[in-house]
Amino acid sequence: MSEILTAPLVVEFPFTRSLGPVQSAFLTGLRERVVLGVRTTDGRVLVPPVEYDPRTADEIRELVEVGATGTVTTWAWNPAPRPRQPLATPFAWVLVTLDGADTALLHALDAPGPDAVRTGMRVRVRWAAERTGAITDIACFEPHESGGAGPATPHTGVFADPVTGITTPARLDYTYAPGRAQSRHLAALARHTTIGERCPACRRVYVPPRGACPTCGVATGEQVEVGPRGTVTTYCVVNIKARNAAIDVPYVYAHIALDGADLALHGRIAGIPCDQVRMGLRVEPVWTEGARHPDHYRPTGEPDAAYDTYKELL
Amino acid sequence: MRYARDVAIVAFAQTAHRRSSQDVSETEMLLPVLREVLDRAGLAPGEPGFTCSGSSDYLAGRPFSFTMTLDGVGAWPPVAESHVEMDGAWALHEAWVELLTGAADTALVYAYGKSSAGDLGAVLTRQLDPYYTAPLWPGPVDLAALQAQALIDAGETDEQALADIAARSRTAARANPHARLRGPVPMGDHVAGPLRTGDCPPVSDGAAALVLAAGDTARRMCERPAWIRGMDHRTDPQGLGLRDLTDAPSARLAAEHAGAFDAPVDTAEIHAPFTAQEVILRKALRLGDDVSVNPSGGALAADPVMATGLIRFGEAAVRVHRGESDRALAHATSGPCLQQNLVGVLEGESR
Ligand SMILES: [Zn+2]
Repeated sequence: MSEILTAPLVVEFPFTRSLGPVQSAFLTGLRERVVLGVRTTDGRVLVPPVEYDPRTADEIRELVEVGATGTVTTWAWNPAPRPRQPLATPFAWVLVTLDGADTALLHALDAPGPDAVRTGMRVRVRWAAERTGAITDIACFEPHESGGAGPATPHTGVFADPVTGITTPARLDYTYAPGRAQSRHLAALARHTTIGERCPACRRVYVPPRGACPTCGVATGEQVEVGPRGTVTTYCVVNIKARNAAIDVPYVYAHIALDGADLALHGRIAGIPCDQVRMGLRVEPVWTEGARHPDHYRPTGEPDAAYDTYKELL
Repeated sequence: MRYARDVAIVAFAQTAHRRSSQDVSETEMLLPVLREVLDRAGLAPGEPGFTCSGSSDYLAGRPFSFTMTLDGVGAWPPVAESHVEMDGAWALHEAWVELLTGAADTALVYAYGKSSAGDLGAVLTRQLDPYYTAPLWPGPVDLAALQAQALIDAGETDEQALADIAARSRTAARANPHARLRGPVPMGDHVAGPLRTGDCPPVSDGAAALVLAAGDTARRMCERPAWIRGMDHRTDPQGLGLRDLTDAPSARLAAEHAGAFDAPVDTAEIHAPFTAQEVILRKALRLGDDVSVNPSGGALAADPVMATGLIRFGEAAVRVHRGESDRALAHATSGPCLQQNLVGVLEGESR
């Protein structure tokens, strides 16, 4: 059995999110070193504030300012911080009820070790040096003995140049493993041959193989070499250049049924003017040195295939 | 509550869950399980009246990854099919409702997760509130540890009691050939204090599938069907600081609406990935010491994310099938710190 292939796969997505009026005031407030909460219709102060009361679903808009000091309600020691977490050195995750608030905010607490942390301890906000209007404008909390700062006070929530949206970049790292069927297929391509897999029930040959027959719902196991020649079953002329694509337009993108295959695969057609490409055109792959896929397919010069020979593969 | 039709789980199958299944694609991992469960129900691929699956693109790292696994169900010509980007237990709920409407008599439900493709601790941060929480990248163990500490502070448990839960679960898993951890493991160091390695689920790749059938069809397919007497799912507020982390009100509410409190259960398969969460769920679901809790070993013995909740239903159902349980509760959770909860009640007919 051939080697199972794996490859690194990085997924990065910079989500841009708009803010509601309450979230906007809260995050703008953090930029200005002010912590805002929102008062519910039954008088509780929620920090961090939300746009709708999770209990009653009321729209809540009454903003209040709470203290930058508070009390730890629960904590968890993080001995090995991971990338992008608030602190690079071991720290405690904490839920903190700020003075004047009735709910708790999740953040990091900078403490020398777990023995220095307990539920009920007093802490205060350590502000980030550079603030943009994000939850990370709070760099972390730090231990700070102080009495309560008193009840929340009304606040308009109005600041100059309010933050109306946030960008939250995210990156996740994967190791992609295509599995048995696709590993075998890719390994064969590296030898400039194309293999498909045959369904034991309906005998169809799938290229590229995905390990199962979608009609019969059974595993395909038998490898079958197909091609190298094939027939264009349908095609289009691409006239608009895709971003980052190295190929000049216009070019022909086609579905090609390799000889022996029961499924057409995709490929580019070259070596013939675009306006002469046609359904039924017989083609063969053109490989370039070191490539894992044919660079393109070109006409073989054979007579065109009859429509009846590929009509089921359209 | 009475429903329009009687619907039962008639067959269940799962993989032997592994740390890594990089040698197979998701479809290849799933195929033997689909074949096994359909064989048990006497159905051919493509024959179930409805198909519903649960999985997550974030685990796979690819958009619409679930469309690939449809190859395994015989989806061409097209079948009636749906997918939830959640644990398969929620796919089960959708399929159950579909059968209750009379639109189908049988349904195939499956779920799978290959946690080995990515870094689960990072991946699961992406399900958190994107404004206030996700930018801090707290992992699932970090958040479960906050919950465990709150429970310890409230005097409801301690580290020894949590270690006992871990040991009991993995000892039970000795009888479960599909489990990853079959027997107690050392509790190890704090991953996120107060939770130690042993308090956490083993990162697992795996898949599971079950077949639902209505009325006489169910009786034909299975000697003792596990009749679904009720099922409900609820959620608690998204903000962790808005919740009492020592409780799971949504689990209690779901259980109430599923009819779980109408009569005692003898068995409960609960989805508690972390030891402290079993303490909370026993309380919320009113499970006394006379109830056999997680005889399979539960999520602490194998945790193929997105399938773990569905497996609770399968494990409870096979105990009804085998006559080991007459009335079982099955529970699934999703989100951080037991945020969302789904509860079902399964019964066997009296013998
Ligand atoms: Zn077939």
